[in-house]
Amino acid sequence: MLFDVEVKISLKSGMLNPEATTIERSLDLLGYEVKNTKTIEIIAFQIEGEDGEAIKEDVVDMCERLLCNPVIHNYEINVISQNLE
Amino acid sequence: MKLMLFHRTWNKGDVMKIGVIRFPGTNCDRDVAKAIGLVGMEAEYVWWNNQNLTDFDGVVIPGGFSYGDYLRAGAMASITPVIDGIKALVKEEKPVLGICNGAQILGEIGLVPGVFITNENPKFNCEWVDLKVSSTRTPFTKDFKKGQTVKIPIAHAEGRFYTEDIDLLKDQDQIVLQFKDKNPNGSMEAITSICDESGLVCAMMPHPERACEEILGSTDGLNFFKGFL
Repeated sequence: MLFDVEVKISLKSGMLNPEATTIERSLDLLGYEVKNTKTIEIIAFQIEGEDGEAIKEDVVDMCERLLCNPVIHNYEINVISQNLE
Repeated sequence: MKLMLFHRTWNKGDVMKIGVIRFPGTNCDRDVAKAIGLVGMEAEYVWWNNQNLTDFDGVVIPGGFSYGDYLRAGAMASITPVIDGIKALVKEEKPVLGICNGAQILGEIGLVPGVFITNENPKFNCEWVDLKVSSTRTPFTKDFKKGQTVKIPIAHAEGRFYTEDIDLLKDQDQIVLQFKDKNPNGSMEAITSICDESGLVCAMMPHPERACEEILGSTDGLNFFKGFL
């Protein structure tokens, strides 16, 4: 069975995000007043497997070992089966 | 000049041999090899897929942009075979120095505490800075006096030091270098170099290899390489 996986990686709350600050300032220059700007990285891929839960466990492993740095990042995992019977 | 270009080593004879790790995108490897030669040791380049480093008396992970800084600076390099070799070397209590991208890699693999992330002002920052030597217990800073000021350049966009437990670093004397007078990247407590608990693994954002000859403006960097002796 083919699964779509999406990993959303964001900085832990309270961490300084210079990219987001710069975006917010630039939006202000255009006349848009926004606040609490964040940047979130999404990594998406497909993976073969039998069971969504087992795949999620694997993806947690991927996050801890490579995709994220647990010191500074939070991550959110979405696993969606392509089999819609 | 031929020797420099076509041989892998700088010096011959029975001298200490230091591995200079190379990843795709490393760009300070030759500067580091030259600095190692200047203090009378032999440098040998080590490719990222080499897992056996037992021949070496220590290693330097030089600066650059390994794997294009994809994902995060140092993230890709942190899962290569040479990292296992470096970890084995650390178990043998041999010194390891990570400079700039090398420091980011040491943070990623957890050999030193904390991480180096995007500068507060998110641009590439290349300038000479004054640094305070905060700890002299690492081999690389043993020839300095505690509190001494050294002049070494920085060149990075991801050099802001962050750790979850700053008090632990203070208690264990793991803060090696701090920016003096100004904090150019917003690092926590102006820290720009830390070491592991043993002091043998040291990560530093400034480039000592760029401060090893008078003509470059400073020779303060030489002592870091003498640390292997």
